[in-house]
Amino acid sequence: MSTVPDDLRYSKEHEWVRLAGDTATIGITHFAQDQLGDVVFVELPKQGSTVRQYASLGVVESVKAASDVYAPLSGEVIERNVKVIESPELVNKSPYQDGWLIKVRLADKGELEKLLSPDDYRSHIGETAPSGG
Amino acid sequence: MKALEPLLFELARPGRSGGHVRADGSAEIPTSFARRAPLRLPELTEPQVVRHYTHLAQLNYAVDTGMYPLGSCTMKYNPKVNDRVAGLFADLHPRQSYRLTQGVLALAYELEQMLVKITGMDFVSLQPAAGAQSEFTALLVFKAYHAKRGQAAQRRRIIVPDSAHGTNPASAAMCGYEVTTVKSDARGNVDLEALRAALGPDVAGFMLTNPNTLGLFEERVREVCDAVHRAGGLVYGDGANMNALLGIARPGDLGFDCVHINVHKTFSTPHGAGGPGAGPLCVKAHLRPFLPKPWIVREADGSYHYDTAREDRDPETVGDSIGTIKQRLGNFGVLARAYTYMKSLGDEGLVETSEDAILAANYLLARLRPTYQVAYDRTPMHEFVLTAAPQKKKGASALDIAKGLIDEGFHPPSVYFPLIVAEAMMVEPTETEPKETLDAFAEAMLRVAERAGTDPESLHQAPLRAPLRRLDEVSAARKPVLKWKLPS
Repeated sequence: MSTVPDDLRYSKEHEWVRLAGDTATIGITHFAQDQLGDVVFVELPKQGSTVRQYASLGVVESVKAASDVYAPLSGEVIERNVKVIESPELVNKSPYQDGWLIKVRLADKGELEKLLSPDDYRSHIGETAPSGG
Repeated sequence: MKALEPLLFELARPGRSGGHVRADGSAEIPTSFARRAPLRLPELTEPQVVRHYTHLAQLNYAVDTGMYPLGSCTMKYNPKVNDRVAGLFADLHPRQSYRLTQGVLALAYELEQMLVKITGMDFVSLQPAAGAQSEFTALLVFKAYHAKRGQAAQRRRIIVPDSAHGTNPASAAMCGYEVTTVKSDARGNVDLEALRAALGPDVAGFMLTNPNTLGLFEERVREVCDAVHRAGGLVYGDGANMNALLGIARPGDLGFDCVHINVHKTFSTPHGAGGPGAGPLCVKAHLRPFLPKPWIVREADGSYHYDTAREDRDPETVGDSIGTIKQRLGNFGVLARAYTYMKSLGDEGLVETSEDAILAANYLLARLRPTYQVAYDRTPMHEFVLTAAPQKKKGASALDIAKGLIDEGFHPPSVYFPLIVAEAMMVEPTETEPKETLDAFAEAMLRVAERAGTDPESLHQAPLRAPLRRLDEVSAARKPVLKWKLPS
């Protein structure tokens, strides 16, 4: 069973977004890292560059495959996770915390509407919401 | 981890020699070119060197030792006569005059004509040194074609399907193109609607492998090519799976503007691992002016020469050609092997290789279908893709099954490719194997599947019978050691 935190928004391409003001932190989901297997290389955009919603923002490479990571939102890259470039295994160990990829200053809040809720993402990956209690 | 065989550098001791020729100091090398410090080469006796390489060969698994069903790679047997013929040309010099190399040019010209016949194209360049370089060459040709029509700046995008080999988007990026990926439909074809939506006046071309990397024939290939042409783009055929089509279908008839040939797959030349290879590029007439130079010309009297004015110089006038990609005829030794294979089989024999490859794949699939899940359940061509997703749920991944097959004495199929299939296992038996070997492989696959169901944990330990146990692929990728360091 993949972890799908309730306080995040998701893309169909398996990225997550954590919003704080107009800053969005972006990473790949627990499901995505599980499908990829051991991540061995991460390529991220430079600070100050801009990313476009649904366009490739970088690459995550595992022993199985190299996969594009798509930007769930448009905006300027204000920070990238240097630690994850040095230690790609953070994407596997902590996809939602230490394994985040980039922080983006949102260009268009309207784009948030196009993202999936935790429940929608769960059904997208074929898993049902954990029952309460 | 202890190495199974020490490096030559580790075996070496100063003063040892296997040389039969002793320097007598008579070589007249100008002092300005003479080496000041001796080279630190390993010093060994001849039997030490022979044993070293024999040990390495004994550790190896090769198509000469067993079945090698590595999907997408076409590990067919390479007849030894190929090497024998290639050896006849070993003393050639690439700059030798056309007057002294008429036989060489005749072989190359005939090979071009055979490829024209097989692909349904009009002209061939033998220069590209590999499939990937041929892709690169073709995209340079596309660029030159669009430039000639004043559309080079406008057409800056190449479209590839999501099932494409990784070299396709890589070649496009190397040529400065932007890459757009289109998805596959539920039957494993290019999604025609998604392709139509992606096409536009900014598209230079579309790259397509047929049969595709799922081993499936593109059912709407003509409509796909028509759609690209209507948008003003060109269609590139990745000939990686041409070995399924010999005498059955021709890319030129299907609507492709060009196609490359992986001679190491279709025409049984060695898989070079980066060594000398060849990837002839076959094009329709409208792309010919842009092909690499020089071209081989056959005169009415049956003599051959290069089309450039001064025979032993590089072409001075290239016209619309993109220039030279690889000297003269490319890697001629490999081309001579492909020529030998084609000539020894003849037209009917070549058709039979494709038919047998397709038959072998479908026979294996029929034996495995009740046990393994098929990714796209259609009638495949020369290879098919299984998904180990059901086995993974029980605790054994595609990788574990692959390792289990090593203990059964077989090289595993390709795993985790194509990317659009979860836990993919891609099986390509080729036409090489007799029915008994296909049966033995099927039974090995079935035994491993049973273990995956009853004792998946045991597969995590595999392989037990290989020279080395499970290798640490993660550390190898994260902290690669790429060269040996000379002890100071």
